[in-house]
Amino acid sequence: MTLAELVFLVLAVIAVGSALLSMTSGQLVHSALWLVVTLGAVAGCFLLMTAEFVAWVQVLVYVGSVVVLVIFALMLTRQSTGEKSAEVTGNRWLAAILGVVAAIGLGATMIAGFRGEEIEGRRIGTAGSIGHALFTDWVLPFEILSGVLLAALVGAIVISRSGSDR
Amino acid sequence: MSELVDAVLRCLLVLGAFLTLPLLVGQMEHKAMAHMQSRVGPMAAGGFHGWAQLVADGVKFVQKESIVPGAADRKVFELAPAVALVPYLVALLAIPLGPFFGQGNLVGQDLDLGLFFVLAAMSVGVLGTLMGGLGSGNKYSYIGGMRVAAQLMSYELPMVLAAASVAMLAGTLSLIGIAEAWEPWWLLAQLPGLVVFFVAGLAELQRPPFDAPLADAELVMGPLTEYGGMRFAMFLLAEYAGIVVLAGLTTVLFLGGWAGPWSDQLGWVWTLLKIVLVSFLVIWARVAYPRLREDQVNSLAWKVLVPLALAQIAFTTVLVVW
Repeated sequence: MTLAELVFLVLAVIAVGSALLSMTSGQLVHSALWLVVTLGAVAGCFLLMTAEFVAWVQVLVYVGSVVVLVIFALMLTRQSTGEKSAEVTGNRWLAAILGVVAAIGLGATMIAGFRGEEIEGRRIGTAGSIGHALFTDWVLPFEILSGVLLAALVGAIVISRSGSDR
Repeated sequence: MSELVDAVLRCLLVLGAFLTLPLLVGQMEHKAMAHMQSRVGPMAAGGFHGWAQLVADGVKFVQKESIVPGAADRKVFELAPAVALVPYLVALLAIPLGPFFGQGNLVGQDLDLGLFFVLAAMSVGVLGTLMGGLGSGNKYSYIGGMRVAAQLMSYELPMVLAAASVAMLAGTLSLIGIAEAWEPWWLLAQLPGLVVFFVAGLAELQRPPFDAPLADAELVMGPLTEYGGMRFAMFLLAEYAGIVVLAGLTTVLFLGGWAGPWSDQLGWVWTLLKIVLVSFLVIWARVAYPRLREDQVNSLAWKVLVPLALAQIAFTTVLVVW
């Protein structure tokens, strides 16, 4: 086992462990902060797989913005710093089962698709190579995604406007 | 072996810069602000014009008792200052100072994606303030934390957009590459981007006039209300380190980094001079402008800076394609 593999393993354990803590924590704020650790560890994994661009974007967008958004929403909606502030719903077991099924499904897809492939020697995740791939092989999915995002944006504006002046 | 020595030496240099430059900016703030307000500022500590004031402050902070409020969320409260401080140290690793007497570029680590790396590190730093606001168990801290979160969400976007515009023009995300591609006419072509980047950076650091989260007249000290001693000192150091990182980034992206006479030999001097100049502007802004109200903070971001940054990107696109 090389050093890189060892570090990858440690990061993966941190990611999964903090994800579990995030789900089981009794305090909502702690859940959000454990999520930061999970996302950071996943960014580290990306880095080890030479996907530098994805790693930094992961930190910039998810840790820097999405988690802040989550915390902001928590703060606005209720006093969320106390003990037992995370609600336990009856759906939690269903959610857990769904989560496990999704993990198995995605993992199987990954193993079936990429087993035995090695990334040694070529740097797949630089900004240049990702940009090149996006605008040559993946133009159509890219444009469709931007359309979906635009629709979501318009939807958000419509929802937030309705009620004040229809 | 020499590679290892080189890497360790670079890390030590960055650590040295991290421990001295923020203090320099802090001292400059003391003195410059004082003279702008017809005062003289610290004069006693150290003898000559109070040069050792911040050292004396540091000694005082170390002696203070470390207090955690009873209502606080202990772990979050204790961890927050470190989360605020460390990312700026990491960010400083990637900011280049330029050629050093023909010995190559003075930089902690030249990264292929330096720009994204620094922006990502800066965006983590502000989580520390947020954690302080949430973990203190104090209503003023809590409201301050909410304002921090609102401010961050508004200003992250224009900042990244303005930086992206320069990267597009330079055709690279490496900070050294951007500074080397820089040409004097960019000062004009990227002026809106420069303004947007600088203003959004000020807001991200919660420096006046964007210090609504700390507003001492309304919120005592916002997220930092319950902090004292070393932990408070770490937050202060994070603030000044943030100024250094912002000034360094502005210099490298928009002001040409080490561009100047004899830049092969003295490039690093030019970069440092420009960093000091931008830091002075940060301090000047604190003295010159009154604090923005919370709604003004957010409308400035969404109604002025974001459209301006988007227009700048559109203009840069035209330049690049043409």
